Amino acid sequence: MSLLDADLLLLAIAFAISLLRAVRGPSVADRAVAADVGLYAIVAAITLLAVRSGSTAFIDVVLIATLLGFLATVALSALVGRRRS
Amino acid sequence: MTVIGHALAFLGVAFVLLAAVGILRFPDVLTRTSASTKAAGLGVALVLAGAAFLFGTTEAAVKLTLAVALQFATAPVSGHVIGRAAYRSGAPLWEGTHTDELRPYYAAREAADGEPASRAPATPDDDPPA
Repeated sequence: MSLLDADLLLLAIAFAISLLRAVRGPSVADRAVAADVGLYAIVAAITLLAVRSGSTAFIDVVLIATLLGFLATVALSALVGRRRS
Repeated sequence: MTVIGHALAFLGVAFVLLAAVGILRFPDVLTRTSASTKAAGLGVALVLAGAAFLFGTTEAAVKLTLAVALQFATAPVSGHVIGRAAYRSGAPLWEGTHTDELRPYYAAREAADGEPASRAPATPDDDPPA
């Protein structure tokens, strides 16, 4: 098991933990934060997979995933902030 | 190069893992936002920098530098936006919160709009029933 595999395992644990927070909630904003951290874990995992496979094509995926995640977070926050509970 | 790359990547992964633990264990939305923004943002940036060292090519370094710049530009903004939305939607604050400078501002604005103040009081419960 190489160092990169260990890193990927830790990222999988981080993703599982953020998934747990997304399930437990309690508010929509908590789920948005959990989705944010889950996406960060996925972006880091894609980067490490790019290193592992030696292909720089995955780096473009990282760029687009970062921007899409930002867009999704802002859109979700607009939805959350409008609702009065 | 390889040693530096692996060290940076592992440090970044450790930060992302700590951010995940933070959003699991912190008591309210604003503290969780703090963990996700700072720790996870820096963690991903460190992983990207480590990948640049591990690739060792100019093409990868340029793209990954751009990715790090985007990460540093967007992570704080998304954290701020989530925190603001959570506060506005009336998410309960941690019971240890003793300074809330936004509350008089929103109260005055809602009084000016003629709407009732809709903020729920802070509840000590970590996970109140939905």
